[in-house]
Amino acid sequence: MRALVLILLIFVALPARSEEVIAGLSQNRVSLTVNFEGSEILIYGAVRRDAPLPEGPLDVVVSVEGPPMPAIIWRKARRAGIWVNTESQEVRAAPSFYAVASTAPLRDILSPDADLTHRISTRLAIFEARTAPEARDPAAFTEALIRIREDEGLYQSRENAVALERDTLFSTRMTLPKNIVEGRYAARVFLVREGEVVDVFETVIDVQKAVLERWLFNLAYQQPFLYGLLALALAVFFGWGASAAFRLVR
Amino acid sequence: MQVYLPIAETSVNAFTLLGVGGGVGMLSGMFGVGGGFLITPLLFFIGVPPAVAVATGVNQVVASSISGVLAHLKRKTVDLRMGLVLLLGGLIGSIIGIWFFNLMQRLGQIDLIVQLSYVIFLGIIGALMFNESLRALLRAKNPNAPRRKLHTHIWVHNLPLKMKFRASGLYISVFPPLLVGVGVGILAAVMGVGGGFVLVPAMIYLLGMPTKVVIGTSLFQVTFVAAFTTMAHAVTNQSVDVMLAIFLILGGVIGAQIGTRVGLRLKAEQLRILLALLVLAVCGKIAFDLLWTPSELYSITIPGRF
Repeated sequence: MRALVLILLIFVALPARSEEVIAGLSQNRVSLTVNFEGSEILIYGAVRRDAPLPEGPLDVVVSVEGPPMPAIIWRKARRAGIWVNTESQEVRAAPSFYAVASTAPLRDILSPDADLTHRISTRLAIFEARTAPEARDPAAFTEALIRIREDEGLYQSRENAVALERDTLFSTRMTLPKNIVEGRYAARVFLVREGEVVDVFETVIDVQKAVLERWLFNLAYQQPFLYGLLALALAVFFGWGASAAFRLVR
Repeated sequence: MQVYLPIAETSVNAFTLLGVGGGVGMLSGMFGVGGGFLITPLLFFIGVPPAVAVATGVNQVVASSISGVLAHLKRKTVDLRMGLVLLLGGLIGSIIGIWFFNLMQRLGQIDLIVQLSYVIFLGIIGALMFNESLRALLRAKNPNAPRRKLHTHIWVHNLPLKMKFRASGLYISVFPPLLVGVGVGILAAVMGVGGGFVLVPAMIYLLGMPTKVVIGTSLFQVTFVAAFTTMAHAVTNQSVDVMLAIFLILGGVIGAQIGTRVGLRLKAEQLRILLALLVLAVCGKIAFDLLWTPSELYSITIPGRF
């Protein structure tokens, strides 16, 4: 049904553009269960066109963005021999997850203007707060944010990771690591010609904690008193219960 | 097998968790220590955020001491009056500790504070234990060596507001036990420990309590202070992870049963030296992390998360 609506929409919108991108995901839902170890999502699709194939190379960029959150980045310095957080810088919003894959290096295929408009490269997906005047070297903080999250697999920038066949069929695999947070993840596919974005396809991946984990998390934040009582009850039950059980065995 | 921790929002290996719980449980069964002071730093090492490690560690303390306190209550080896005074102090201390903890978390310094307090306390405890067990070893070899005198009256006992503690046979001011309680409460809230390793020596050497009621009374205080602190962490900063706690508790309970049996067959003095060395090693590792130039100078915190 959804596919049908999609195709209808595409037909309605058709006269405006000469090239359209249609994409699908192997899954629209990721469940963070007890044994969640990460997930791989296949993003694939095709370019639809009425007119004959235009001249020049065609490129495809695929991005997946997790829910943005504010963050504080700390820098350590040595104080009295010990490494201590001394300076910090706030980031208004940084995606909790950001992966971008493309058919070629972004700087070769995308004009800076187009990149800025669509906020495609990782650096542009982060909204910095107004820099505090006393902060030395503010760019280093944002670079550190990207570096740390890249090490954790939360930010990925994968050039040449989108396979494009006969300028029509494309596919790529996105890896969601085990430490992602829940929320709505925006998946976007960009068609790029001569540095400009000619079409965009957007969809959403729903990442949710599984039933039990979600229930615990919500209880902890919405009913913290009950959650605390639950934690205590479990501790008493297991602590006392297990030693009673062992006594019985003996 | 990985377990997803809903509060820490990350996955850790279930067997590592069971191993940490079980290993520390074994030690606590062997030596009769609570083990909170080892669980929390081991959780740092496997990547649990310090705030979650502390709050969950204190929840685990409730589980590991509850059956002990019930047994002591049944045997009437708890000085309830002393326990209640210590508990009152503990609750005050816990409130101070929680306030300090949340303040430091806002300032982005909680990791440092927790690590520093571990270095200091593990260093002191490890050194004292090492010294004590070395002396015990020497004494075992030379039975004629003079023994230390246990109870001496010192000035703190003569402060105002004297109170009778019948089960302990003491008539002392309420301030020393109250203050000891406050200190232990602060440790529980900031470090995620029960505090038995401070409380027991304080009760014996500072308050001069007879050893037969020391363990029961300290367990009594520790259990309730830990329960209160768990609630306070859960309510004020949502850092108790129930899933993490369950794995630690299960491992701990099983480990403790094994440890109790193993402990009966081994030589206590030599084991105590090993425990002391282990404590010093954990202390050394944390100190090293603070002193050595880190490979990454930057870190990220997300307001309201860990």
